[in-house]
Amino acid sequence: MGLAGLAGGLGLRGLARAETPTPEHSRHATPTPDVTAATTHTGDHGGMGTVGQVDHAANQFDPHEILTDFDTGVLTEEDGRPVRTWEMYAVDREFEIAPGVHFPGWVYGTPTSAASRRLGHVVGQCPGPTLRCVEGERLRIHFINASSHPHTIHFHGIHSAVMDGIPGVGPGMIPPGGRFTYEFDAKPFGCHLYHCHAVPLKRHIHKGLYGAFIIDPDPARYSGEEAAAARSRNHTTAESQAVNEMVMVLNGFDTNFDGENEVYAANTVAFAYDMAHPIPIARDQPQRLYLVNVTEFDPINSIHLHANFFDYYDHGTTLRPTHKTVDTIMQCQAQRGILEFSFAGFEPGLYMFHAHQTELAELGWMGFFDVR
Amino acid sequence: MDTTTTLPKRTLPPWLLALLPLLLLALLVAGFLALDPLRFFQGAFPPLEELSVQRVLFPEPGRIRLEVLNGGPDPVTIAQVTVDDAYWLHTISPDNTLGRLETATIDLAYPWVAGEPLPINLITATGVTFPAEVEVAVRSATVDGGTLLAYGLLGIYVGVIPVALGMLWYPFMRRVDRKWLNAILALTVGLLVFLFVDTLLEALELAAETPGVFQGVPVVIFGALLSLGILLAVGRRAGEQTPRRVAALIALGIGLHNFGEGLAIGAAFATGAAALGSFLVVGFTLHNITEGVGIVAPLTRRERPPLRVFILLALLAGAPAILGTWIGGLAFSPFLAAFFLSLGAGAILQVIWEVGKLLLRDAQREGRPALTWLNFGGAVVGVLVMYLTAFLVK
Repeated sequence: MGLAGLAGGLGLRGLARAETPTPEHSRHATPTPDVTAATTHTGDHGGMGTVGQVDHAANQFDPHEILTDFDTGVLTEEDGRPVRTWEMYAVDREFEIAPGVHFPGWVYGTPTSAASRRLGHVVGQCPGPTLRCVEGERLRIHFINASSHPHTIHFHGIHSAVMDGIPGVGPGMIPPGGRFTYEFDAKPFGCHLYHCHAVPLKRHIHKGLYGAFIIDPDPARYSGEEAAAARSRNHTTAESQAVNEMVMVLNGFDTNFDGENEVYAANTVAFAYDMAHPIPIARDQPQRLYLVNVTEFDPINSIHLHANFFDYYDHGTTLRPTHKTVDTIMQCQAQRGILEFSFAGFEPGLYMFHAHQTELAELGWMGFFDVR
Repeated sequence: MDTTTTLPKRTLPPWLLALLPLLLLALLVAGFLALDPLRFFQGAFPPLEELSVQRVLFPEPGRIRLEVLNGGPDPVTIAQVTVDDAYWLHTISPDNTLGRLETATIDLAYPWVAGEPLPINLITATGVTFPAEVEVAVRSATVDGGTLLAYGLLGIYVGVIPVALGMLWYPFMRRVDRKWLNAILALTVGLLVFLFVDTLLEALELAAETPGVFQGVPVVIFGALLSLGILLAVGRRAGEQTPRRVAALIALGIGLHNFGEGLAIGAAFATGAAALGSFLVVGFTLHNITEGVGIVAPLTRRERPPLRVFILLALLAGAPAILGTWIGGLAFSPFLAAFFLSLGAGAILQVIWEVGKLLLRDAQREGRPALTWLNFGGAVVGVLVMYLTAFLVK
């Protein structure tokens, strides 16, 4: 939808600029230029896109809710040390990944996710809830396998072998009806992920058992510029509240099980953030996007931000960007990172983002920021 | 003896006896549906989805139309359509859920590029995909004078002209020795055998493309048996076959074959599959020239028939190709094409039978065996000629 539509939009904007004085000089002297006419999209998708709407109510989870939902579990203290606990369920369920297309998946859910709190029961969602904690905390994840298949939770992080959530080591695969508590320290800080590691691994990941796992840095451990960066990244600080934080898990679905994805998405639903449902962005607010790639079958995935550049923190394990001023990065499966950018001073309008493997974009992994 | 006289008294009226098995069957079906003894297997039955894309049309630049048929036992819902690996907006009429044997039309506004392949995929509600492969995107023919003329000319080139040209060997054939004339008849048998095999295989190939519910392969076999049976019965009615009637039967069989051939050629041009079109047409012209020889071969043994007989024979054998290219170009259906080709195969089989008998009778009259080396050689040459000229069209 976007390329032609966006080009049209830019053309219109250009025209509007040429015909009217720039707002900076004439804000008080002349009426404001008709920004609405210049920036509203025509709704012309250029023909590309899906037909119909996904029933998010039936899915019980919504990509727009998942985008900004950080599940911080339950925080307690033991012997003066913070302990963060989650209950994590694995369930079998079907959900809609593109209008009218249903996928028989296996998914995770917690009682503390936004969807579960909204509906008053544990919602199995895809991607799983974004678990968020702070560096140095003791983490306990009570895993309850309510699915009809054996599963595990394998966290990308630092922990002992028995807590690794793989077959044959420690508790191994947790059978249907089984329980296990994974326990380890939150380290290193960064943007990580968790996923099922039961065999056959490819199928268990592709079915939907994955989610983002974010460990915020502890500002007390750093100094100077790094401490400021850590404060901004730590969800318990006021500095962090000033940033618009989003999470996107890049995934794909092979609906006919031929080893190739029919649907690609950020947060499961194809074109979830399309022109009709863009992500609202306040111009004056800094933006942070936690991006995790779990796409099965394809060697890499990527993100390209239109008309803007970003700083990138590969794995999120540093407080200084690993890539400065880039507009495209790629990630292999399980690679992840943090994008920081801003639309300050930009003209309002729809700004596109998508995988720059264009096939993935046109099969669902694309969207828009509605900069206001 | 007693029982034979007493039994009728105890039996029910005949109409009731005739209905009895049907009544019991209805009861059984009702009971089966009510009790559902198969529920034990439930969960083991995934929905059986079977969509087939009957035709992909490119009515104008920027427009694509697909005709889809549900040939499976369960209803199918078309959820999305991708064109060249991109989800594309579309409309489906009358409905995106197709019951058994229902059809739907899908319209897309897509900037297709003439002369390029275009993979299209239908994704159903359960995520199953059904491809519609477009070998080459070519603007579809519409019914107008120019199109009819163009496709009609194709039919004339591959049907009427070669048959008429082949018939021009008639004066030559009249002058050759009887022994050689029989060899020419044997040659006719040879080329008819080739045509039979070729037609049947083509029919089976098309049958494989038809949705399973239509049972394409059995239809081809029964189609061939049907035309064979009808023509045999027609032939039996009037005792011994006159050469003119044998020639007419050959022309009819070849005409049915050419109709099928016309369908295939018309469809190939319409779908862009015949990229090297002119070469293909020349090939068919050469390939079919021998058909004319076959038709007039039986006429050499009596006095020369009037010219109009030749013209009628040429039209009977050649003109169906025109009809074929029209239908193939404008409304191709693999199922109908397979069926007509199978009728042609049956008709050719019957002609082989008739010409064979002609040879046999001739040999009996002369007190010689029918299968001389010369006749056998003639048949082999017939097959070979067809085989080698087929190189031009395969």
